[in-house]
Amino acid sequence: MSDSVETAAAAAPAPASPIHAGQSGPGQNGPGQSGTVVRSTVIRRLFKNPLGIVAMTILTVISLLALLAPVLAPFDQNYANIAKTLADPDSVNILGTDSAGRDVWSRLLYGAQLTLLSALLCAGVAIAIGLPAGLIAGYYAGKFEAVSNWVVGILMSLPGLIVLLTIRAAFGPSVWMSMIAFGILISPSYFRLTRTAVQSVRNELYVDAARVSGLSDLSIIARHIFSVVRAPIIIQTAAIAGVAIAIQSGLEFLGLGDPTKATWGVMLSEGFKNVYLNPTLLFWPALAMALTIGALVLLGNAIRDALEDGEKIKHRKKKAMRESSTAAPVAARPTRKSTAAVVPGTEHHLVKVTNLGVGYPQADGSIKKVVDDVSFHVDRGEILGIVGESGSGKSQTAFSILGLLPDNARIVAGSIQFDGSYTVAPGEERVSQERLSKLRGKRISYIPQEPMSNLDPAFTIGYQLVTPMVRVLGISKAEARKRALKLLTDVGIANPERTFNAYPHEVSGGMAQRVLIAGAISCEPDLVIADEPTTALDVTVQADVLDLLRELQQRLNIGVILVTHNFGVVADLCDRVAVMQNGRLVEEGSVRDILRNPQEPYTQTLLASMLEGKEPMSMLVSAGQKESVA
Amino acid sequence: MIRFIAKRLGSGLVVLLVVSALTFFLLYMSSGSIARNILGDQASAEQVAMKEHELGLDEPLVARYLAWVGDALSGNLGASWFSSEPVANSLATRIPVTMTMVFAAMILIAICAALIGVAAAVKRGWVDRMVQVGAIIGDSVPGFVIGVILVTLLAIQLGLFPATSTISPDAGADAWVYSMALPVIALLINGVTGGAQQIRSAVIKQLERDYVRTLRSRGIGEREILFKHVLRSAAPAGLTVLSLQLIGMLGGVVIIEQIFALPGMGPLAVTATGQSDLPVVMGVVMYTVVVVIVVNLLVDILNGWLNPKVRVS
Repeated sequence: MSDSVETAAAAAPAPASPIHAGQSGPGQNGPGQSGTVVRSTVIRRLFKNPLGIVAMTILTVISLLALLAPVLAPFDQNYANIAKTLADPDSVNILGTDSAGRDVWSRLLYGAQLTLLSALLCAGVAIAIGLPAGLIAGYYAGKFEAVSNWVVGILMSLPGLIVLLTIRAAFGPSVWMSMIAFGILISPSYFRLTRTAVQSVRNELYVDAARVSGLSDLSIIARHIFSVVRAPIIIQTAAIAGVAIAIQSGLEFLGLGDPTKATWGVMLSEGFKNVYLNPTLLFWPALAMALTIGALVLLGNAIRDALEDGEKIKHRKKKAMRESSTAAPVAARPTRKSTAAVVPGTEHHLVKVTNLGVGYPQADGSIKKVVDDVSFHVDRGEILGIVGESGSGKSQTAFSILGLLPDNARIVAGSIQFDGSYTVAPGEERVSQERLSKLRGKRISYIPQEPMSNLDPAFTIGYQLVTPMVRVLGISKAEARKRALKLLTDVGIANPERTFNAYPHEVSGGMAQRVLIAGAISCEPDLVIADEPTTALDVTVQADVLDLLRELQQRLNIGVILVTHNFGVVADLCDRVAVMQNGRLVEEGSVRDILRNPQEPYTQTLLASMLEGKEPMSMLVSAGQKESVA
Repeated sequence: MIRFIAKRLGSGLVVLLVVSALTFFLLYMSSGSIARNILGDQASAEQVAMKEHELGLDEPLVARYLAWVGDALSGNLGASWFSSEPVANSLATRIPVTMTMVFAAMILIAICAALIGVAAAVKRGWVDRMVQVGAIIGDSVPGFVIGVILVTLLAIQLGLFPATSTISPDAGADAWVYSMALPVIALLINGVTGGAQQIRSAVIKQLERDYVRTLRSRGIGEREILFKHVLRSAAPAGLTVLSLQLIGMLGGVVIIEQIFALPGMGPLAVTATGQSDLPVVMGVVMYTVVVVIVVNLLVDILNGWLNPKVRVS
């Protein structure tokens, strides 16, 4: 099992990764199947999913019935007993007869045969066209991609049934002809899926490695890329087979199919004509259709779920493993108190986080902790740095203070107080939105990491600066506009009018980050939480933004929590620093103490990894400054 | 914006030309002896040759296509080979019937799917589960089967609605709406189930965007975030979903009209197809392509209006 987790984790991020290295086709996974462990876990999950089992059972039964139609059917599909029309079920005709005296059961079986074969033909044609075209377009791009995109655009914009009517008018009634045509028409769905998947892995490292090691394009496609698109194609095929059955039946229902063949569509049409005489004639073909298409839809969903669950379980396993390796030295947590008043003597802290624990409930009922027993405080006019690698819980801690944790997050322990009152009282499971919505924007604000994705692309920068001031401070739009322009000047934007009227996509990343900083201080907060405010920026811009933060912080005397993974930034800006690892607070103290004399091995490792090959310890602070600039 | 529309319109015309040429050549090259087909087996070779000459079938294919394009530009799409009725006339009497139904269904789909989809995305819980189950059922039962079931249960078994809807709007709005209710319902069920699910995913995707969190951190209320920011960003995806549904519905409505015996495009298309009445088939295809192009153009314009990035470039 751990093997499978490893392999899956090493595979590409595409949804198909869990079946990455499988050797055999999708349906051939018996117990003796060698393949890989990864693939068999997907298949095993599929077999554990009750809906998946139901779907596979239905499809297997219908396929068997179709295959054995010549044996099982008591009559030929067109054998008509004119003396016995529209008969009720009896021992000879177990489902009765239609208006021409033909046996309903026999026709259903032969109909299944034709329906399934035509769906297979359609999917086959669509794959035969869409897959290679998608591979070529995705792998080589260029003109071929442009042309095929244009063709795809046309094909996708034509309603299937109208095209099939045209084909019928041109070629006469033929199930095969119409299914080939529909296969061509629907091939863009494979084309798009393949192209997207190929584009996403084309520049993956392992494909580069294969190219460098001299593999030909063909074998790269065959070995690396084909394996990525296989699972999405299986899911897509289930969906397309269903659509093909529906449209083929529709055509036959209109009386445009081959009259010599028994199909579910023809039977439905026949039943509808006799709906006043014998409505049950409608029931059987409709049921057969709904069962088959429904089973295909469910099967597609079940495969998708199996793949997605694989990703989830993989994630969880990795995190759980990491946690168990560090969870051993748990300090005794003080018992929860139910009092609403904060601990006396702590009121003067701007923010005080006490023994905070944040966790996420898991499918098996347990709670996975991402923040555990974290305590610190921030005072007015002070910058606290929270340092740690990604996944150390530093952002989760910051979002708990903001009250912006994801919906499924739980506060599992501890408390948070802001300016002398609780935002999370001891024993509360969630951050109180009622309390925080009054604080957010007005007293606590936030500077995000990635500037571009944190501005709404559909609104001007001015609008996004003005609205919070109007809502939070209750000032007029004109007043807010004046202040916004002033703020933009304050954050070092040369032409504030132009930026004010610009849409986010019209400014650079550095400027967008200045805009976000302007937004964060616009309502004169007491506390700013900055989550890696410089990580996404160019190095030269980073230094400017840090200078700006420091200048604003000193001028406005605000408290700042600066979340970062960069000790250079800490050395440059912070008064105190808290080091986090795996959701726990490792060490906390003044920047000078921690940088000069780190007590914990983890802090030492972090610092050593930063300063490798640099000057000796006495130069640490200036080396850190260089780090932030360089 | 005007250049943007002109460009879209131009590419739409190219598509129209390409599809008309493909359809024309496909139809006229593949279907065996058209004149023999029209006159029946009894006709003599002479009669067949005369008929071919009469229909202009003895001329080269390309010349015939160019002649067709020329006529089409002046509004003449030829006449049916069987009823001799001008194709343009048949289309003019039938398109309103079909389009009324399609647009009524589309408006209802847009409203219902948006309401349900947004509710499922925001509230989650049971609404969300209903939407998921509904989508599976909607995917499993083809629209025309739903139509057949509705007629059988509601019209024939229970007698709640008329089984056929040949009442014209002249008969009074009440009666007409009542008679059109069932076909429109049959047409919109799949659209609502599928649309709601896709709109739900689009809204959830937007709710998870970074800027939503930042808006919250700025003290903007949940309601304003949802209605002003999230829905606006999710709208292009929703529009695309709805436009694809409308295009698909042009096919679905053919079967629904057949089931409810409505005098729309459906019966015309089906009869023409069955008889290989090629001028009428050409006309049906052209009408379809024009509707598709207009819908796509409208969606492009709306998206340009919603998304400043498109509007500027």
